[in-house]
Amino acid sequence: MDNLTVEAIELTRLYGGRAAVSDVSFQLTKGQVLGFLGPNGAGKSTTMKMLTGNLAPSAGSVKICGIDMMENPKEAKALIGYLPEMRPLYKEFTVDEYLTIAARLHKVSSKNIKKAVENAKERCGLTHMSKRLIENLSNGYQQRVGIAQAIIHSPMVVILDEPTVGLDPIQIRDIRALIKEIGQEHSVIVSTHILPEVEMVCDHVQIIDKGKLVFNGGIDVLKRQRIGNKLLIGFKNKPTAQDLLAIDGVAEVESVDDMIRVRFIEDANPNASIVEASVKNGWGLYQIAPDQTSLEDVFVQLTYHEAEAV
Amino acid sequence: MIFNIARKELKSMFASPMGWIILALLMFAFGTYYLNGVNNYFEVMSGAIRPAERTGVTQFVGQTVYGVASFIMLFAVPLLSMRLISEERRSQTMPFLFSAPLSIIEIVIGKFLGLVVFLGILIVYIALMLSTLNIWSDIDFGYIIANSTGLFLLLASFSALGLYFSSLTSQPIVAGILSFIALFVLMILDRFFAGDPTSTMAQLSLMKHFQSFAGGLIDTADIAYFILFIITFLTLTIRRLDADRLRG
Repeated sequence: MDNLTVEAIELTRLYGGRAAVSDVSFQLTKGQVLGFLGPNGAGKSTTMKMLTGNLAPSAGSVKICGIDMMENPKEAKALIGYLPEMRPLYKEFTVDEYLTIAARLHKVSSKNIKKAVENAKERCGLTHMSKRLIENLSNGYQQRVGIAQAIIHSPMVVILDEPTVGLDPIQIRDIRALIKEIGQEHSVIVSTHILPEVEMVCDHVQIIDKGKLVFNGGIDVLKRQRIGNKLLIGFKNKPTAQDLLAIDGVAEVESVDDMIRVRFIEDANPNASIVEASVKNGWGLYQIAPDQTSLEDVFVQLTYHEAEAV
Repeated sequence: MIFNIARKELKSMFASPMGWIILALLMFAFGTYYLNGVNNYFEVMSGAIRPAERTGVTQFVGQTVYGVASFIMLFAVPLLSMRLISEERRSQTMPFLFSAPLSIIEIVIGKFLGLVVFLGILIVYIALMLSTLNIWSDIDFGYIIANSTGLFLLLASFSALGLYFSSLTSQPIVAGILSFIALFVLMILDRFFAGDPTSTMAQLSLMKHFQSFAGGLIDTADIAYFILFIITFLTLTIRRLDADRLRG
């Protein structure tokens, strides 16, 4: 497989005997955007630091495009663009100066530096900020400089640690679009705790909790879990549970506030029969909708169960 | 790659007025001593009647300027070196260097080189200033070369030690004070053991090894001492930064 860009094998990191990350393994192929989710202190940043060679794993290994991070750190690091949680900006420089330094340190050949800087600025919407001191830029623009720095050498893998923190909604939208765009040619790993964001930009999700990987799969798997097989129905004249259970396909009835939640048997779609029954019996149906457990619920379920098991 | 780091360090020194101001103030101080030296030369020499009391103008003025330079730089180098690594730690820019395709050795040597080049500007300037004596006199260039070499090695040693202390903490001021104290002790160590010329402790003193250069003598033993001193502290710095990566 030459398409494999990131390969983490049983990554473990101990801090004084306590495992911050334990046995995390995953793979990423070209053109994938991986969302990295987890509550605070779950080990997201630690994992990212290990992936980028900022932290040595206690056990396990990282391979970037087949190059081992421990054995050939320079070659592996050349393929990565990394934006840590704390933006590593030299505030005494202007945007142009800073990006030039970044390009130079990432071994962009000297005749291509100018082009690379222009390109990165354009992609991050920084063209009109070229001559400004980074110190004087707003939070959002500083974040953009951080991202520009990570993509300047057009790396195979871009790793962004909470890229949308502290941005206004319009900037967040821009940055999400940018992440998607980068994701088409390269692999991207984004960590966040904003769930809708994951849904919007990622096609692969990982949920990490207390240093362990609790979910690893496509975004569609997570979505399916989310939609589920429940209906939320509102009636003016509530029928009894027996009445509803009599309808074909209905498995369980539960009252929630002044609505009724109906769980139906997988693949049976009782919607039509419920509506028909309502009309026939004058229940006064005014609302019927699939009951979506929010992503938050799925997230809480996944991380909460794990907590119980431990 | 080492040069790119050095370039970045130099650039950040000159990005703010600090670099220029420090250079200007130091030049002003050295210039004043140079001027005083030239003035005093005529006064002292007109009083010196016996030939044995007479010294050349290069040595007379050079002694004043290089003497004061080694002393002033004891304060100036910690001020310049203190922010090299601790500032990066404080503003969390270390990952920028660590995730670039650079080895820690390259980062450390690059930073060291950046500072040494900055200090080199001063050394070249002092040498040029003393060479202007050649306009009306016939000066001893060998003496200037020996002193410049000595001062360069001395300042490079200061920088290496300062760089190490800078890697220990994320507070530039703490790093500055620690390296100043350490340098001060190393400078005056030979005074404490002055009574015993064979003492090993006195051999550790930076000043003792600078003395032969100050007299116009380039001694390989002293060169070796300075180079070992620099290598020791650069290695310690590399190990310190490597520990960051391992221990986190």
